[in-house]
Amino acid sequence: MSVTAHAHVDDHAHDDHGHHHHKETFVTKYIFSQDHKMIAKQYLITGLIMGFVGIAMSLLFRMQLAWPGEANVMFETLLGKWAPDGVMDADIYLALVTIHGTIMVFFVLTAGLSGTFSNLLIPLQIGARDMASGFLNMVSYWLFFTSSFIMILSLFVEAGPAAAGWTIYPPLSALPMAQSGSGMGMTLWLVSMAIFIASSLLGSLNYIVTVINLRTKGMSMTRLPLTIWAFFVTAVIGVISFPVLLSAALLLIMDRSFGTSFFLSDIFIQGEVLHYQGGSPVLYEHLFWFLGHPEVYIVLLPALGITSEVMSTNARKPIFGYRAMVASILAIAFLSTIVWGHHMFISGMNPFLGSVFTFTTLLIAIPSAVKAFNYITTLWKGNLQLNPAMLFSIGLVSTFITGGLTGIILGDSTLDINVHDTYFVVAHFHLVMGISALYGLFAGVYHWFPKMFEGKMMNKNLGYIHFWITAVCAYGVFFPMHFVGMAGVPRRYYENTAFPMFDDLTDVQVLMTVFALIAGLAQLVFLYNFISSIFYGKKGPKNPWKSNTLEWTAEVKHIHGNWDGPIPEVHRWAYDYSKVDENGEYIIPGQDFVPQTVPLQKDEEELQH
Amino acid sequence: MTTVLILAVLALVAIAIWQMTKIFELSQLKAETTQIANDSDNKTNGYLLFAFLIFIYAITIFSFWQYGKFLLPEAASEHGDGYDRLMLISFVIIFIVQTITQLLLHYFGYKYRGEKGKKALFYADNDRLEFIWTIIPVITLAGLILWGLYTWTNIMDVNDEGDPLIVELYAQQFNWTARYGGEDNVLGAANVRMIDINKANVLGLDESDTYASDDVIVKELHLPVGRKVNFKMRSQDVLHSAYMPHFRAQMNCVPGMITQFSFTPTKTTEEMRQNPDVIDKVKRTNEIRSERAANGEDNSDPWEFDYILLCNKICGKSHYNMQMKIIVETQEEYEAWMAQQKTFAETVITDEPQPAFNTTRGAASAGL
Repeated sequence: MSVTAHAHVDDHAHDDHGHHHHKETFVTKYIFSQDHKMIAKQYLITGLIMGFVGIAMSLLFRMQLAWPGEANVMFETLLGKWAPDGVMDADIYLALVTIHGTIMVFFVLTAGLSGTFSNLLIPLQIGARDMASGFLNMVSYWLFFTSSFIMILSLFVEAGPAAAGWTIYPPLSALPMAQSGSGMGMTLWLVSMAIFIASSLLGSLNYIVTVINLRTKGMSMTRLPLTIWAFFVTAVIGVISFPVLLSAALLLIMDRSFGTSFFLSDIFIQGEVLHYQGGSPVLYEHLFWFLGHPEVYIVLLPALGITSEVMSTNARKPIFGYRAMVASILAIAFLSTIVWGHHMFISGMNPFLGSVFTFTTLLIAIPSAVKAFNYITTLWKGNLQLNPAMLFSIGLVSTFITGGLTGIILGDSTLDINVHDTYFVVAHFHLVMGISALYGLFAGVYHWFPKMFEGKMMNKNLGYIHFWITAVCAYGVFFPMHFVGMAGVPRRYYENTAFPMFDDLTDVQVLMTVFALIAGLAQLVFLYNFISSIFYGKKGPKNPWKSNTLEWTAEVKHIHGNWDGPIPEVHRWAYDYSKVDENGEYIIPGQDFVPQTVPLQKDEEELQH
Repeated sequence: MTTVLILAVLALVAIAIWQMTKIFELSQLKAETTQIANDSDNKTNGYLLFAFLIFIYAITIFSFWQYGKFLLPEAASEHGDGYDRLMLISFVIIFIVQTITQLLLHYFGYKYRGEKGKKALFYADNDRLEFIWTIIPVITLAGLILWGLYTWTNIMDVNDEGDPLIVELYAQQFNWTARYGGEDNVLGAANVRMIDINKANVLGLDESDTYASDDVIVKELHLPVGRKVNFKMRSQDVLHSAYMPHFRAQMNCVPGMITQFSFTPTKTTEEMRQNPDVIDKVKRTNEIRSERAANGEDNSDPWEFDYILLCNKICGKSHYNMQMKIIVETQEEYEAWMAQQKTFAETVITDEPQPAFNTTRGAASAGL
């Protein structure tokens, strides 16, 4: 239906666009761009590069776990002096685990996911010409870039990168004599994270202000697509909790460099007593998890938002229970800030606190369950268009349920005692936040690729291959891992050979590693598809998925301001798919969707959503 | 076994590739240039979604059948039975929910795969349904929360009722030390600032404290069966975690504070070795180890089951090998063992700087 409009835009805005409105050089267009669409792409590509680094690291340490102490040419090539004769060193094992966690949680699933899609979709879906502050948006990206650069730089430090686990609990992270990675590597880690937090805060403030102030005419909060609700609430959680991580990082820097005792007390190491007195590592744990737990939802909510949108569009059905979905997002956001103590049941904090956190933690299962059931009902009696993005969204719901259910065990302070810090936890959070959020990221990339790259589309068949191999392998890695955890194997062990009771688990370790390696290879299919589609992708129609939301009414060619003409006005919510009148006919004859810009028809009821 | 698994994986991959080529062929037939899913894509992927449901069930059944034996044997502590029961209940609930929800999700994906001209049902809201799936989790979780909290409060109530044995677990990079209260069952005062390696005072006991003089410091934890043990955990350098999986017990060791945990061992090491699950496990493990011995590899000496204390909080390079053997024995055996141990007063060097205590501990080992 929009092919003509498409062609018209192409004619109009051919390559003389930049010269008309304002001068754009290569630098202002591709590097220091203030345009949200370009910044979104910058976030995505930086995030994907970091993602490949993070995944490669996980493959390295999975090989070490499957074949402990065996020489491997990959280790020799990639780790250099850290793998003498090709055998991985125990210090670098911990460093790989640490940096893998840091990169995946912060750089890929926070910046790469929320950064990309908040930037791309907030202005486009609420009908704004750009973010509230294009300049701050640009600063936010370049701070993220700087922090990524420093994190990568820290890999090349003489004594090795940070290796105290991604949670960097002191005293291990505070004392260079406790671990070689706690020297320069840890300093760079902290600097990188401090900059990252600044970037995240600037970004989040921008998203909040934009959503509140720049919605187009008719776009009330209750007409917002669920993507925007998710990004908006994510930004709010970020603003509330990231500053607390900054304070933890700053106090840790003080303890490390200026001799303060915020987190340290009574330490005897390497033959001498240190002067630290009166601090407590438990305080650090509280500060860290005050961000650390909301962080899980900072990672997950955008993925769920994307899923809501992709699933509804491809099911050709409204999302089931819009109001319940918004309420769940808000409930999850609120509860997420008061459950952090479930990471600390056995940290030595008062058991009564443990009881309180058990209570709040299990409460959070309720809105999560509501969301899962609503997704399933959205599929019921739909006309499912199984595009790659749709498959990733269904996959997300699947792993979200599988991973979420084991949270009932970990959130229960009693049951946590024996599975705390074992592979059971690793399996749980990889499924519920790692894999789920990655699926959300992939769903978003496949779905909005045409929006990012001026109408070009990714190859669907490669997308199917990517999804099915990834889906099988993800369960192949993490399902058996629960059993390893329940056998009592602690995480962050360089090898399990020191305990004969873990001998019979070697086969499982090999199986998981083989699945992980195959999954890693499948990501190369995605990489190839992504890059080749940027350059050679076939152009699709202006609104390829027949979606209701505003971004598909914007110009295909990227122009500053998104819409060539006036900003469209919104007359309905985003989910009028397959809506029929009393005669059972579609509202717009012959078309099973009603874009938000279409005014209510005569006698049409706007449902109370 | 490994080869079987790898073959299984390869077979799965082969099936995947076969399916992929099928997808390719199907899409080639239409010779369409569009990258939007068409009816044949929907059909193929709808069927694959159904196959994926079977895969999820299959991997669940396979894991339980193949890996169920890896789970820890029955609990060896009094509170452990309650723990195991709660775990079982939680798992039953989880598996019921998992089976049903995955079925609905993937079956709907298969059943309602798109076809040109098919009309989806405009179904945006249903308060009753929403209420049902809000209230069911609420009730279930309320039950689990109440049960969990009741158990938790009992486990974490560390008190002096019933004349518990007082034992300190002392953590340092990368080993464990245990200290008993001695005759008086009271631990003497201690602080890292009083550590004196030259005097073999490696735990920093207050030499002037009379409670400390009869303390017994050992590298192997012996516990009498049936007597409550109150553990006091200390760490001298970084965070560690005292993890005793067979007893369903774990507590972090935090520099600067004393943490505690309490349990009553109910089965001696000897009794546990007679447990059928443990016998199976030992047999399996020793088969692997004799195979290694035949190949001249490390870690090949035969293994006998023992309770173990592991470090379960990342603590540095040798975190993966920070352990202490735990022996649960009868009261008589315990007393006989204890009688052979030297007290702190006997091991600490007051006059002559003669190393009567193994000096590789403490400071020296911190440099590992």
